Amino acid sequence: MEPILQIEHLSVYFTQYEHGPRSSAFQKRQLAAVKDLSLEITPGQIVAVVGASGSGKSLLAHSILGILPYNSHMEGKIRYNGETLTEKKARKLRGKEIFLIPQGVTYLDPLMKVGAQLRKGKKDPETKRRCRSALERYGLGADVEELYPFELSGGMARRVLIASAVTEKPRLIIADEPTPGLDARSAKRILSHFRELADEGAGILFITHDLELALSIADEVAVFYAGETIEKAKAEDFGKPENLRHPYTRALWYAMPEHGFRAVGGLQPYAGDDRKGCPYAGQCTACREDCRTEGQIPLVEYRGGEVRCLHPDEMR
Amino acid sequence: MKHRLQFTGKKLIRMALLLLGVSIVTFLLMCASPLDPLQTNVGQAALGTMSPEQIAKLEAYWGVDTPPLTRYLGWLSDVLKGDFGTSLLYRQPVISVIGQRLVSSFWLLLSAWVISGVLGLAMGVIAGAFRGRWPDRLIRGYCFLISSTPSFWLAILLLLIFAVWLGWLPIGLSVPAGMDAAAVTAADRLRHAILPALTLSITGVANIALHTREKMIDVLESDYVLFARARGESEISIILRHGLRNVALPALTLQFASVSEIIGGSVLVEQVFSYPGLGQAAVTAGLGSDLPLLLGITVVTAAIVFAGNLIADLLYGVIDPKIRKGASRG
Repeated sequence: MEPILQIEHLSVYFTQYEHGPRSSAFQKRQLAAVKDLSLEITPGQIVAVVGASGSGKSLLAHSILGILPYNSHMEGKIRYNGETLTEKKARKLRGKEIFLIPQGVTYLDPLMKVGAQLRKGKKDPETKRRCRSALERYGLGADVEELYPFELSGGMARRVLIASAVTEKPRLIIADEPTPGLDARSAKRILSHFRELADEGAGILFITHDLELALSIADEVAVFYAGETIEKAKAEDFGKPENLRHPYTRALWYAMPEHGFRAVGGLQPYAGDDRKGCPYAGQCTACREDCRTEGQIPLVEYRGGEVRCLHPDEMR
Repeated sequence: MKHRLQFTGKKLIRMALLLLGVSIVTFLLMCASPLDPLQTNVGQAALGTMSPEQIAKLEAYWGVDTPPLTRYLGWLSDVLKGDFGTSLLYRQPVISVIGQRLVSSFWLLLSAWVISGVLGLAMGVIAGAFRGRWPDRLIRGYCFLISSTPSFWLAILLLLIFAVWLGWLPIGLSVPAGMDAAAVTAADRLRHAILPALTLSITGVANIALHTREKMIDVLESDYVLFARARGESEISIILRHGLRNVALPALTLQFASVSEIIGGSVLVEQVFSYPGLGQAAVTAGLGSDLPLLLGITVVTAAIVFAGNLIADLLYGVIDPKIRKGASRG
């Protein structure tokens, strides 16, 4: 099937000002928060992007929707339905075919009733009907429309946010950490709604820091590290650590509670740090000389997945 | 409802305590001033011609040796009966002087207050929405310039331009000089109020615009605006539907808090325009050692400022759904 979303070599930069090395004047600096990211989603597929906080995941969502903050810009290509997704086109499509499902209640205007927010200011009966049925689909009655966000419980707020995506017919849903702070059972119940939407033909990009949760629902997993995708794997590859390709992904696997709960020392580098070579070099146990000296390490196909590593088999 | 009554009651008690405090401090300051009550009441020339016996008699009559506490309590008990004493300069009860002056200042203060509020809000919202681009730079530049300009200087500048050079507007006073009071029209009063009101509005705008701009920027960077954008709401709809709504509450507080600035500003501005309002009376009372009037004006303006803040707090309860619903439930 034709992919609904194709991301090719996407990088997102922030403009920062800092003291120059010699002069005292502030100098403009470009800071890459997302580097060389490629991704594909076909309708009906759930692709999870997994990475620690601060690895640039949310910016990925914002760049697809064309709502990056004013001090940032992106490079690379995003195709939607085979055509280049320009900012202008994204503006037309968001809220109609492309939807964001955000983290929590802070994404609702605290001073506006839920119903009015879902209707985006429209008052015609057709919009009202669709808003009504979207809420109903997630077990929320007409009274919820009259509530302010602060009157919603955490679970209700999350269902309202999901309902906001089905007021129209979604073709691409970007869920940015939709289940923070939920226990595993409630989180899985929320995620089952995503599976349902995917089965209805939407492509879903599921952004999370929770690998276990991602594996419970996603078809494919892209692992993010310091703004770079370091591995793309099928969900079933996570059955055995030998199937995984990148040392970081394997470290994640071993860090899961049921696989020994073993943490790796060291810290993920800050996206803005000037560094050469592999971003994982500082934490990698199999790091070699060329890992540190090589420029940008390319993402290469490897054993049915993709990996950004010069010596993927060192760890085995 | 019960909750709101309780809230109002507490606030009113606080207001009474505040006014008590203000009057005590003012009274102490006056006691500490080098003013001789006898001289201010009788006049220096008359005092010079009197014999020591006469002076001693008058001192006894005015109660010069009465301790401050007794004097203050005397004043307070009269005030509670509605008697603020007699103004030395105007030879009228203080309360009626303040009443006349307040009526004369009222429209001036109100129009300046409304204009600066509406304009300041609009400018702040525009600057915040166009952050970093030329409308924002223009508005910010204006605000910084005005904030660093003394209001009396601005008043003199406007006076020079519009009254002296262009001759469009009268140079001062609240009615045409030498005209029969019965012949004064509303248009006359309006023409005389334009320049002082303009000065007060121009200076009042800066503060409100800058604060509103900051809040607007906060709102536009919030999660809910990001989500609104992600759902395809247009920028204009975001500013009108989410921006204004969320800026309204802090703007309201700001607007009512600015009552104090308008009244404070009017003291200097009315002086420049010889506008016979409350501000000018305060200056006259201060310079002319008219202590009863000064004390009265201090207490009344403090009450007005407090009332402004009280109204803001009460309106908050009506407008903010969190407080409104929270109160009705609790």
